[in-house]
Amino acid sequence: MSQQNQLVSKVDWITISLYALFVIAGWMNIYSAVYNPESPLWIFDAKFYDSNAGKQLIWMGTSLVLIIIIFAIDFRFFEAFAPIIYAGFILLLVLVPFLGVTINGSHSWFKLGSITIQPAEFAKTATALLLAKYLNEPQVNLSRWKNQWVVGVIIALPMLLIIASNETGSALVFASFLILLYREGLPGEYPGIFVGSVVIFVSALLLSPWTILLVLILMVGGIIGMSPIYIQRMRQTYVKAALFIAGVMMMVFLVDLAVNKVLKEHQRNRIKVLIDPSFDPRGLGYQVTQSKIAIGSGGFWGKGYLQGTQTKFDFVPEQSTDFIFCTIGEEHGFFGVMVVILLFVVFLWRIMYLADQQRSRFARAYGYGVVGILFFHFLVNIGMTIGLMPIMGIPLPFFSYGGSSLWSFTILLFIFLKLDSHRSDMLSR
Amino acid sequence: MFEGRRQILLLFFIIIGLVFIGKLFFLQVIDDSYEKAADNNAIRKIIQVPFRGEVYDRNNKLIVYNTPVYDLYITPRKARVRDTMQFCRLFGITRAYFDSTCKQAKAYSRVKPYLFLKHLSKEDFARVQDAMVDFPGFTFTTTAFRTYQSKAFSNALGYVAEINSTSLSTQKDDYYRQGDYVGVSGIESFYEEDLRGQRGVKYRMVNSNGVEKGDFKEGSLDIQPIAGKNLYTGVDIRLQEYADSLMRNKVGSVVAIEPSTGEILTMVSAPSYDPSLLAGRNFSKYYRNLALDPMKPLLNRPPSAYYRPGSTFKLIQALVGLQLGIITPGSVFTHAGAPVKCHSHNTSHNDLHNAIQWSCNPYFYHAFRKILYDGTQGNTYERSAQGLKRWSELVANFGFGRKLGVDLGNEKKGILPNVDYYNKVYKGENTWKFSNIYSLSIGEGELVVNPLKMANVAAIIANRGWYIPPHIVKAIGDKKEVDPFYKTPVSVGIDSKHFGVVIEGMKDAVLHGTVGGDGKIPDIVMCGKTGTSQNAKGEDHSVFIAFAPKDNPKIAIAVFVENAGFGGFAAAPIASLIIEKYLKGKVDRKAVEEKFMNKSYLPNVLSVTGPKPVKTKKDTLK
Repeated sequence: MSQQNQLVSKVDWITISLYALFVIAGWMNIYSAVYNPESPLWIFDAKFYDSNAGKQLIWMGTSLVLIIIIFAIDFRFFEAFAPIIYAGFILLLVLVPFLGVTINGSHSWFKLGSITIQPAEFAKTATALLLAKYLNEPQVNLSRWKNQWVVGVIIALPMLLIIASNETGSALVFASFLILLYREGLPGEYPGIFVGSVVIFVSALLLSPWTILLVLILMVGGIIGMSPIYIQRMRQTYVKAALFIAGVMMMVFLVDLAVNKVLKEHQRNRIKVLIDPSFDPRGLGYQVTQSKIAIGSGGFWGKGYLQGTQTKFDFVPEQSTDFIFCTIGEEHGFFGVMVVILLFVVFLWRIMYLADQQRSRFARAYGYGVVGILFFHFLVNIGMTIGLMPIMGIPLPFFSYGGSSLWSFTILLFIFLKLDSHRSDMLSR
Repeated sequence: MFEGRRQILLLFFIIIGLVFIGKLFFLQVIDDSYEKAADNNAIRKIIQVPFRGEVYDRNNKLIVYNTPVYDLYITPRKARVRDTMQFCRLFGITRAYFDSTCKQAKAYSRVKPYLFLKHLSKEDFARVQDAMVDFPGFTFTTTAFRTYQSKAFSNALGYVAEINSTSLSTQKDDYYRQGDYVGVSGIESFYEEDLRGQRGVKYRMVNSNGVEKGDFKEGSLDIQPIAGKNLYTGVDIRLQEYADSLMRNKVGSVVAIEPSTGEILTMVSAPSYDPSLLAGRNFSKYYRNLALDPMKPLLNRPPSAYYRPGSTFKLIQALVGLQLGIITPGSVFTHAGAPVKCHSHNTSHNDLHNAIQWSCNPYFYHAFRKILYDGTQGNTYERSAQGLKRWSELVANFGFGRKLGVDLGNEKKGILPNVDYYNKVYKGENTWKFSNIYSLSIGEGELVVNPLKMANVAAIIANRGWYIPPHIVKAIGDKKEVDPFYKTPVSVGIDSKHFGVVIEGMKDAVLHGTVGGDGKIPDIVMCGKTGTSQNAKGEDHSVFIAFAPKDNPKIAIAVFVENAGFGGFAAAPIASLIIEKYLKGKVDRKAVEEKFMNKSYLPNVLSVTGPKPVKTKKDTLK
């Protein structure tokens, strides 16, 4: 068998089909989002290529080229060169404040001719590769402090650089590596602490400190009350309970302090809007309200393709990028979004399934990195359009308009599919 | 290792998916407040088409303005009509119209407005407005009709109509949309970009009943429309109406120009049409009738009809001869030796003055012969070519064979035969000579002009050698912008000293020459020249050009009456009445006025399009 045929038979066509489906469905919705019923453009119009739908078509074509290149590269390259790729992107992230250009208030883009590239989008892939390579080292054990530190630095370095270029949303995506690390043996406390912190953070914003204190006392009291008598009689129990409550309350005050003093105004507003959409009704709150109205007005079956009234105006900003889900919701209704969500979960499950088939820990860890990143985008992007998440300005993978976004997700996914197609060639450790 | 964690993660993903689906189910299916909010919150993009510029006459009288009308739109998704009969009664439509239009609207789109009823008047709109509360889903937009103060001047004004698909697809700047109105002919078309202004966009929040709830984002995204610019014309609308009434039951043209400015005072094309017919909801019906009318009422004859100048051309012949130094005012030619006939007039001392006064054909035959042959070399063929060259160069200065640049889109060049022209006709150089082309001497033959050019010739003679390109619009907009082209005098290359004898001849042509009694104005010195334009299809066309008063001329005029015979019969009296009206503000010669208002030349009219250039008929003409 030639190498080509090997590739065709070993590559996972289910994932590729879902990928293609998402990209095409995404394009159709971008077309609809920018569609102007008064002067419709068709793909043979030169002007069409000035519109987002036209450009996305170009991004799709170039993505295909990227896929071919990735499949042509030797699979060992990605593991062997992971540190160099990572170092390269760190360098780019360092250079971007000096050489980059500002787009939409974010100074994080490189301009090459008419193309703009956001290195932050690609840094995720580089980080996933390096993490996977590090975890592939035989002696690495994530329950050890030393290894945890290394992993922490690998993740935090690009994250901090991205925060420095004012792209908090993209930086938060790095939190998704918790999924990779959890699967690879990070002690369960870490995700637990993470989830607990998020809960405390949100409660601190939603509730007054006194309510939180009351809830905490009732909760701790309840636990102690239901515990065996000997625990109730130990003095140590009450000391621990008091310390716990004090610690949590300390965090609550810190959050309060952080939100009101440390965060920049636009970041603070995004969080406040999440809690109260009527806050800043003409700005961010308006965006969430319009987004919910657009989705909500879709009903069960939707208004039909190109028939959306709410999304036909450019008033929900980022209509074809971060808020593409609105267009789907309005025009295809509950049925349409349910299909998208189900397919996405199936897609995540499929990649996870493939990752678990890997004999090399490198490929498996990388696969979970892909799953984590895609899941995080899915969670935050859809969550923000329906008012469950703060607006973070991160795209819906494969659906949203944007060259950097489509390219980076394509590269992210297809490196894994390339590794997967060689799983029998890899040595397990 | 940690295989179980895989299940936990999968469970986590599924839970998030279910939470999303649950929230979406609540948003989209259970809670209909969002759907209502979408209706209540709908932002409507309202295109604001500014009013077209108005048109004024030279005395600042409004001649064209706009009357607002209202178009009713239906949005099927929101439309609720409980009592269809009431609705139909309200708008005066039939049930069948209601049903079929609703069906079309639904087929077009459930959510986008569809034009239900066009052009409701202000009165109708006021009447139905209160009742509309019972009919949600119907909305109005305002447009405007052109409205005319006068029935005259319609051909030069042109009309406004919905843009056709060809213009729509070939437009350069992508401004027009389906259903937009655009100036189609006349100055409406020539000054389209000034008149139309610039469309604006307004974003309004609208509730489901079509009631506006306020500006979106306080109007910060709105684009204000820019009103169209008004046009200030040089036309005297009273004079226009008067000239129009004189041209009733006739086919032809009147063009009057103020010689000192080139402003067109009057431009009549007869027969014409009532401009209000093409400015209403019945445009297509009336347009079809007008377009199919064999009398061609839509044709604007002054700049675009073809005629021979006839004897009026003798004035230019004289001026060219004088300028070339080939004839002098004292040059005398007799009737002898000319193949063109003449009528009896005093030829005892047939000098240039006499020849113009009596429109002597043989005189100009001889003069033209000298223009071709005098001082030229070679055989008669070669000399004819050399002579015609210098002749045609000077004649071209008068605007013959080219466009004058009037502000109307349909100006025709006409024909000025020159050497190349005859080389083509006779298939080769030196194949023709004076004897082939002598009809030119009396303004016949291949020479073709339009009435506008001849009025301009009258203005040139009035000015003694220059003109300003004739134009209808003298200023645009509040700032009264003027195209410098319409301010710049153009010289015709004839020394002003040569005009004296021609003007004297024209004065006497009116007083005791070819112009009859009906064409004389007792207290105004008018200088004129009759012409009789041959055409292939019937009775000659009656032509007259003139200016008045002789000193410090205020008006230059050309009148063409088709198939009305000799120029002194119809054209000269009509021109004299218009001049009298303009200079005195009233006409004292009531009998003449009544005679020509009632006179009809229509039975003579076989064709109204004017002759195609035909081979010379050798005939006697004045």
